[in-house]
Amino acid sequence: MSGQGSPMQATAPRPVIPIVPVEAAGASMYRAEKKIHPRTVKGRFTNWRWAFVVLTQALFYGLAWFDWNGRQALLFDLEARRFYVFGLVLYPQDFIYLAALLIVSAYALFLFTAVAGRLWCGFACPQTVYTEIFVWVERLFEGDRTARLRLDAAPWSADKLWRKSGKQAAWVAIGLWTGFTFVGYFTPIRTLAAAVPGLGFGPWEWFWILFYGFATYGNAGWMREQVCKYMCPYARFQSAMFDRDTMIVSYDAARGEPRGSRPRSVAHDALKALDKGECIDCTLCVQVCPTGIDIRQGLQYECIGCAACVDACDGVMDKMSYPRGLIRFVTQNGLAGGWSRADMWRRLARPRVLVYSGVLVAIVVALALSLALRHPFRVDVIRDRGALARQVEDGRIENVYRLQVMNASEETQRFHVTVAGLEGAVVASAPDVEVDPAGARWLAVRVQVPWPTAQAAGPGAHPIRFVIGRVGVAGEALSEKSTFVVPR
Amino acid sequence: MSDFFSAGWSIYIAVVTVASLIGCLALLVIASRSKQSGGDGTSGHVWDVDLRELNNPMPRWWMILFVVTVIFGFGYLALYPGLGSARGAFGWSSAQAWQQEQAEANAALATVYAKYAGMPFEQLARDRGAMAIGERIFVNNCAACHGSDARGAKGFPNLADDDWLHGGSPAKIVETITGGRQGMMPPMAAAVGGPGEVSDVAEYVLSLSGSPHDAEAAKRGSAKFVVCAGCHGIDGKGNQAVGAPNLTDRTWLHGYGKDAILAMVNGGKTNVMPAQEHRLTREQIHVVGAWVWSLSHPAGMATAAAAGAR
Repeated sequence: MSGQGSPMQATAPRPVIPIVPVEAAGASMYRAEKKIHPRTVKGRFTNWRWAFVVLTQALFYGLAWFDWNGRQALLFDLEARRFYVFGLVLYPQDFIYLAALLIVSAYALFLFTAVAGRLWCGFACPQTVYTEIFVWVERLFEGDRTARLRLDAAPWSADKLWRKSGKQAAWVAIGLWTGFTFVGYFTPIRTLAAAVPGLGFGPWEWFWILFYGFATYGNAGWMREQVCKYMCPYARFQSAMFDRDTMIVSYDAARGEPRGSRPRSVAHDALKALDKGECIDCTLCVQVCPTGIDIRQGLQYECIGCAACVDACDGVMDKMSYPRGLIRFVTQNGLAGGWSRADMWRRLARPRVLVYSGVLVAIVVALALSLALRHPFRVDVIRDRGALARQVEDGRIENVYRLQVMNASEETQRFHVTVAGLEGAVVASAPDVEVDPAGARWLAVRVQVPWPTAQAAGPGAHPIRFVIGRVGVAGEALSEKSTFVVPR
Repeated sequence: MSDFFSAGWSIYIAVVTVASLIGCLALLVIASRSKQSGGDGTSGHVWDVDLRELNNPMPRWWMILFVVTVIFGFGYLALYPGLGSARGAFGWSSAQAWQQEQAEANAALATVYAKYAGMPFEQLARDRGAMAIGERIFVNNCAACHGSDARGAKGFPNLADDDWLHGGSPAKIVETITGGRQGMMPPMAAAVGGPGEVSDVAEYVLSLSGSPHDAEAAKRGSAKFVVCAGCHGIDGKGNQAVGAPNLTDRTWLHGYGKDAILAMVNGGKTNVMPAQEHRLTREQIHVVGAWVWSLSHPAGMATAAAAGAR
C-alpha cells in the first residue's frame, strides 16, 4: 500500500459499507448457484468490449485461413515439429521465443492490472468474450433479462421448447466451430475443412475438436462467471498487483449515499436539502453485472472490471440530468481525496508501474532483436559416439562428428562446412550439404589433423570450431564449438 | 505387484484406496447435510479471541463433480489394475498394451520390408527410401563400434574402403551380420623364434605394404614369414576364408608401425563381431547390409548420400 494519500487525509467522511454475509443463518456449506441473466447495456465501455470481441474473434477464426508463401500463415505442425509463424519457420529448439512471448504476456498483464485493474478479464479474456457471444445468442432466442427470467419460470410449452433448443443448437454450433478452428492451427485448416463433409477426421482431431467444442460450450454457456470465481488462478493473483493508485470500477459512495428513489422533477442542486445522494437505487448496476454482484458494496473479488455497471449508471445519470461518473474508473486514493483525473495520471509514475514497464520493454526489445538477428539455419554438432579417434593414411588423426544441419527457411539451401582451431585441420568428407526447405539433415563429417599437429598438441581433447555458412552468402556463418581427440 | 513376497502389501494398498474413496464420499455427504453453526453468517468458530470465519459456500456443482470423480474412481478400479494386485475386469496391462502396439508397428513395417526383401543389393543401393532405413538401422545398431560414418576405429574395421576381412560379396556381408565373426590371431612369437627373429618378421611385414622398413632385417624376416603364411598366405595377401587380413595394403586395423606389429605377433589377438540375428530381423539385415555394401560401391554412394536427408 502506498503511504501517500492514506484515508486520514480524506476530507469528506467516508461512509462505511457494512459487510453482508453471502448466506443467511442456517445455510448449507454448498450452494446451488443461481443463473445470472445480465441485462443488456449500452455505452462506451460496452462498445469497447464489443470491439474487442470482434477483433479477437476475427483474429482467431480468420487467421487460420490466411496463407503465406503458399502455406498456412500460422501453423503449428506438431507431427513434423515445425512451427510456421508468417515468414518464420521455428524449430523446437526455438522454444525460447515461446517462453519470451509468455513472459511478455505475463508482464503486460501485470502492467495493465497495476494501472487499471482487471482490464484483461473485463475486455479480452476468452472467457469474457465467449460469454458475451453466448449471452448475445441467448438474447436472440429468449429476449432480454426480464423475458429470460420469465421464460425460465414459465412451464414447458412449444414456444419455450423451440427457444431453448434453438439456443442450445446455436451454442453447440459455435462451440464446434471454435473447436474446429482451434484444431485448424495444428492441422492445415483447409485439409481439415475438406474432411468436414464426410466427417473424415483422424481420432485425435475428433478428440480435440469435441474437447474444445465442449469446453467452449460448457464454459461460455453454462459455467460463465463460475469459471472466474472458482477456477481461474489469474482472477485470484491479480489483486496482488493492485494498490491504492490502481484504477478500479468504483461506486462513489460519498456522492451516491443516502440512496433512494425520488421524483425526476427534483433538481440536482436540491438533493442536499432532501438529504438524498445521487444514487436513485434503480439497481440497474446489479442487473447488468455478469457476475451478479452489487458494486455499491465496494470492490469485490468477483468483479472482472468489465464496466457494464459504469455504462448502466451513466445512462441513468443522463436521464436524471445528474453528472456522469457515480460509478466510474477511479483510484482508491482518487476517490478518497477527491483527486482530479490529472492527479491520478500523475501517480502513474510510481515504482510498481515503472518496473513492470521497464521489464516489459526490455523483453520486447530483446525478443524483437533476437528474431531480427536470427540465422536462417541452425547447426548442432555431436561427436560420434562410437569412434573416439582413428589413425588414417600418413599417420593423420581423424575424428568423426555428426552435424545436424537445420534449414529454417523455405528454400533449399546449400551449406559449406569448414573447421578451424588446429593447425592444418581439414574436413575430409564432402564439405557441402544440401538441405530441403524446412528440413533437417544429419551429416557425418570427418575431420583430419596432420600427424605433426597432433604430436604438438599431445594426447587429449583439443577445442575446435566448425564454421558453417551458406554457399554463396557471405558474412553470416555460424560457429559451433566441439573438441578434437588425439589418442594416446 | 510381483515385486512383493506376500500379498500383504497388495491388500494394504487396496484397503487404503477403497477406504479413502469411501471416506471422501462420507465427507461430502456429511458436509452437504451440515448447516453452518454460527447463526450469524459465520462458521461459528472463533480463533485468537475475535477472529471468525464467514461462511462462503462452495458451489454445488463442485461437490457434484467431486462425487462424479469418486464414482469414476470406483469404475476405474473395477475395470483396470490399481486395486493392489487385482487385474481389473478388462485384464489390461501395460506390457500387453506395449506388445500389441509393437506388433501393430511391426505389421506396418513388414509391408515396407517385404518390398525390399526380394531386391538385390545393387537395386537397394539406388533406392532412396531403403538407404535411409539402412542408415538408421546402422546408426542405431552398428555405429557404436564402427562409427556413424562406418569408417571404424582402431580394432573396429572400416566398412567403407572395400577392404574385407571375410569377404565383401552381398552374401558374405549378410553372413557376417547374421552370425557375427571371430577373428583370431594366435601368439606366434615362439613359432617364429627369439625377439630378433620376431623383429625381422615385423620389418618384413612392413616391407610388404611398401612402408618404411629396414631392408636387411626384412630380408632375414622373409624366411621366417613361412610360419605366418599358413593364414596370411605366402604373398601376405591374407585369406578371407579364415579372416586373415591382407598385409600388403595400407589398412592397419590394429595399429600402424612396428610396435603394433610386434605386439600382435607376440601377444596375438581375438577380435569379435557379435551376431545380430537375435537383434535384427532377416529383412533388416538385408537392408542394412545393402547400405554397408553401398558405401564401397560408388554407384550406390551417390544415392546413399542423398538418402541421408529426411
